[in-house]
Amino acid sequence: MAQTTAPRAPAAPRAARAQRGGTRRGPSPLRRTAFYGVLILLTVAFISPLLFMVTTSFKTDVEAVAANPTWIPKNPTVEGYRFMFSTDQAPVLRWFLNSLLAATGQAVLILVVASMAAYALARMEFRGRKLLTVTILATLFIPPVSLLIPNYVIVSQLGWLDSLPAVIVPGAAAAFGVFFLRQFFISLPHELEEAALLDGANRWQIFYKVILPLSKPALATLALLSFLVNWNDFLWPLYVLFSPERLTLQPGLATLQSAFATNYATIMVGGVIASFPVLIMYIIAQRFVIEGVSRSGLKG
Amino acid sequence: MTTTDVGGRAAPPAAGPGAGVGPQGLAPTGRGVKGGSGLTPYLFLAPYMILFTVFVLAPAIFLIWISLHDWDFLLPGKPFVGLDNYLNLFKPGSVTSGPFWSSMEATGKFVLYSVPLLVAIPMALAILLNQRFPGRNFFRAAYFAPYVLGVAVVGILWHFLLDPSVGLVNFYLDKLGIDANIPWTTETPWVWPALVGPTVWWTLGFNTVIYLAGLQDIPRELYEAAKVDGAGRWAQFRNVTLPGLRPVLIFVVTTTILASANVFGQPYLITNGRPGIETRSAIMYIGQEGLREFRMGNAASASFILTLALILVSLVTFVAFRERKER
Repeated sequence: MAQTTAPRAPAAPRAARAQRGGTRRGPSPLRRTAFYGVLILLTVAFISPLLFMVTTSFKTDVEAVAANPTWIPKNPTVEGYRFMFSTDQAPVLRWFLNSLLAATGQAVLILVVASMAAYALARMEFRGRKLLTVTILATLFIPPVSLLIPNYVIVSQLGWLDSLPAVIVPGAAAAFGVFFLRQFFISLPHELEEAALLDGANRWQIFYKVILPLSKPALATLALLSFLVNWNDFLWPLYVLFSPERLTLQPGLATLQSAFATNYATIMVGGVIASFPVLIMYIIAQRFVIEGVSRSGLKG
Repeated sequence: MTTTDVGGRAAPPAAGPGAGVGPQGLAPTGRGVKGGSGLTPYLFLAPYMILFTVFVLAPAIFLIWISLHDWDFLLPGKPFVGLDNYLNLFKPGSVTSGPFWSSMEATGKFVLYSVPLLVAIPMALAILLNQRFPGRNFFRAAYFAPYVLGVAVVGILWHFLLDPSVGLVNFYLDKLGIDANIPWTTETPWVWPALVGPTVWWTLGFNTVIYLAGLQDIPRELYEAAKVDGAGRWAQFRNVTLPGLRPVLIFVVTTTILASANVFGQPYLITNGRPGIETRSAIMYIGQEGLREFRMGNAASASFILTLALILVSLVTFVAFRERKER
């Protein structure tokens, strides 16, 4: 605790001032201005690169590399978008669709398999439950890089290389979803379940009609986080997808960068397309995303 | 965290060491409600366990198996070679050891440069944000925003902003009177801030939010008591805030080290490993060696060494922080 060697005298007026002011600290207008000044400066630092990406995407390739960069395009154009939607070199619309299918597919798959497994681990008694729980949770600590090479071989054996299942199924095996939902199910009260059992409901009915409806917030958080992670994944799809029309957006951006070198307006169009769905999700469900992330990071 | 997410920390955190495995985490769940046949629990578990076995357990063992073979993905014969792949990685002057250790060194440097910033700056930001004031949620949301982007977006965007001749960064440096044309993406030492800066921009919001949650768990009364004792801002920070944040700090340090050690997308897209292979990270090496050149035996043994190193590092951090607590 605080060292008591400090003189006690100054404390009294300070406390009194705090009381009188009503607010906790009662900062002076100057301090307040400085405080907001710092916060606004930081906001600019964090948001302006994103804004520049968006405005650049509406420039011509010539203006994008002008000696005097402009924040607002002098001759705004959607040429970059028109080009990207029509070129065979970079079928971004196709990539967009692939990303959407992969991220949605994986989120749904995770919700189904993780909720069932988590329910059994959280609420049922059976032989081997402890061992299974420890094993699954322990794999949270396996660095994902260790699975990269062997999973590539496994996916190729399954005949999934260069196809959507490769970017949907293996990722759904991660322990995170089970861990996350198990924590939530454990916190649910037992009474409703017991009542349903007395009414003659079986486990499947309880799971479907009692547990899942009670868990909507947790399921929604998990779905959102799973979607985000899959949408943004780069390393794995970069290696398991290779035909131009089979790519998802993130590895597609690497293709754009090597194909269009310094045609930055064109490349930024790709960046905007790859980020607007998650940014819109974020703007709408901002608190939800932040709280989901911090809760899942801390809960334990 | 998905098994495939290695390119940065796009994943929701998988929880730090100890989280969820603590006494409360594994304790029996109280009364398990009876009901259902003996088979029911296994049926509930089956779909996940199939995926888990095929894509997590099996590959974990398969990795070691591959590393003991001369496993060329494209060739039919994959002869057993014992520990040769490992020995080659440790033999100075062998074909594989140079590039591998260079990539480990690049990874180590990146961890060394990025982690202190990602531990300290978010803590300052969180303390700044941990007061009641109008607009608090807006600022928090703004700082967190880059974190929802994928590393590929971050990579292509900063590759553009750091372009030596047309990038915004050199343009503004020029305006400030600093001789521009800094070769951010191609020359040392510039490549390091070119990798670390965007990473800080990208992931700082995550650590800030974690710290904020931790700060909110520190009882207000402790600050009041410290104030009554005449403690100034700094004394309050040292004696109330830091001890109160310790568990969160362990989590932040460990996950940040691991995330930085898994760096891939930034050097892949911003510097492309340049100059030479100086900024080629360990995962870039493994990807190139195993999944482009298909020398999987070697890549698997490199993965195994990297994995051990990562586990070791997180154990060391964990223990180091634990011990300081006991003093």
